[in-house]
Amino acid sequence: MFEGRVAIVTGGTRGIGGAITETISKAGAHVAAGYSKGKDKAEECVENLRSNGASVSCHQGRVDDFEDCKRVVGEVLDRFGRVDFLVNNAGITVDKTMRKMSPEDWHNVIDVNLSGTFNMTKAVLEHMIERGSGRIVNISSVIGETGNIGQANYAASKAGLFGFTKSLALELANKGITVNIVAPGFIATEMVSSIPETALQKVVDKIPVRRLGAPQEVARIVKFLLEDDSSYITGAIYTVNGGLDM
Amino acid sequence: MSLNPLAGRVAIVTGGSRGIGGAVSGALANDGAVVAVVGVAPDRERTHELRASLNGAAQRVHFYEADVSDPEQCEAAVRTVIADHGHIDILVNNAGITKDHTVRKMTLDEWRDVLDVNLSGPFFMIRTVLDHMVERNYGRIVNISSVVARTGNFGQANYAAAKSGLLGLTKSVALEMARYNVTVNAVAPGFTRTEMVAAMPQAAIDVALSRTPEQRLGEPQEIARVVRFLVDENSAFITGATYDVNGGMYM
Repeated sequence: MFEGRVAIVTGGTRGIGGAITETISKAGAHVAAGYSKGKDKAEECVENLRSNGASVSCHQGRVDDFEDCKRVVGEVLDRFGRVDFLVNNAGITVDKTMRKMSPEDWHNVIDVNLSGTFNMTKAVLEHMIERGSGRIVNISSVIGETGNIGQANYAASKAGLFGFTKSLALELANKGITVNIVAPGFIATEMVSSIPETALQKVVDKIPVRRLGAPQEVARIVKFLLEDDSSYITGAIYTVNGGLDM
Repeated sequence: MSLNPLAGRVAIVTGGSRGIGGAVSGALANDGAVVAVVGVAPDRERTHELRASLNGAAQRVHFYEADVSDPEQCEAAVRTVIADHGHIDILVNNAGITKDHTVRKMTLDEWRDVLDVNLSGPFFMIRTVLDHMVERNYGRIVNISSVVARTGNFGQANYAAAKSGLLGLTKSVALEMARYNVTVNAVAPGFTRTEMVAAMPQAAIDVALSRTPEQRLGEPQEIARVVRFLVDENSAFITGATYDVNGGMYM
């Protein structure tokens, strides 16, 4: 289905991003998976996928650094000639209640989660517009809609993606490029397993389907939005949260 | 991936003989599901035409007559589908009518008729299949709402209220059914190229297009594939959601 296409997935070597990389590469695309730390893990992830026949490369860079974004996009264009899909998935948490949250805690999360999405999008945009086609999917979160104690920075960054995505979707509507959001609920990844056991159980108790989501359950929605036949879907927020927020 | 990913599944699609419903019936049948089109009498002939447009999948499409605004007819149809095909996995509440008028000119009948088919119909159909789905610990329900549920529309207070009401129904049933592996979601299409839209005054269609960033109507297949996605067994973590397909008309 995606033979000949090239995707960039930021934070694409683990968690939800890893599942997205796997799903899109299995569908035939080459996936350039970005990572900022953990070169060994990143290369391991790529090797695993390659050993199953997928075409994947990994690229080190920080999405909160615009020059890094330009460099990585340049690398991908040089080596693979095109970018069809951009999945802005890279995200961090630095959870603190407001009273304990420092300006640095605030900025770090906004810079990676929100500005990082701006940076990467800006870096690929002219290319996509020239080609007259593209798919951009931004990974937000249920928390962007509901807020969460201790996550004012994370929630703001994920909610900020709503306004960014809609504006960009409007700008690109007649240029053959769609821009959408996938907003997951609580998904079984390292980010979630770092939540203390009792707190995590309380979270699961609030999820109507009574379980965490699997990364693949998010990845298949991303894949769906990237398909050619999804061209009438733009500016949309596709949630996958087990009923946690409607 | 298997050639017939929905093999063994039985789907009811109300109003499934034409328009968006016809495209949904085709999409599900093409993937191997048995499709029970539920519609009013004139839909029987339309279902023949739909079958003629499908190839191998045509044999999987069947017609059951029922007016969804009548709960007894809903019950009779569902009973017959289960008797014929053994079980029901999927319900797509797609049947819908318009009776457009500004509120100042809208008759009480025009208000009631649209609510009866577009909102009560889905309630009656859902109510009729739920025990069965709970027993089987499996169900996929999709309600076809509309972009105008979000935006409202001049001359469509009844239709917009029904389509918006569907969202409240969707979420409530989703909450009730979450522990039984029965998901309930809504798809909200924008203006789609169907007879329903063709019947609108050209001026209204022009206004709709001018408000659609992608400057075109949607195609029924574009809506159908979102429905197909949601009724997949792998969509288990998606429930109570509303998926928009509207060319950017509402975000």
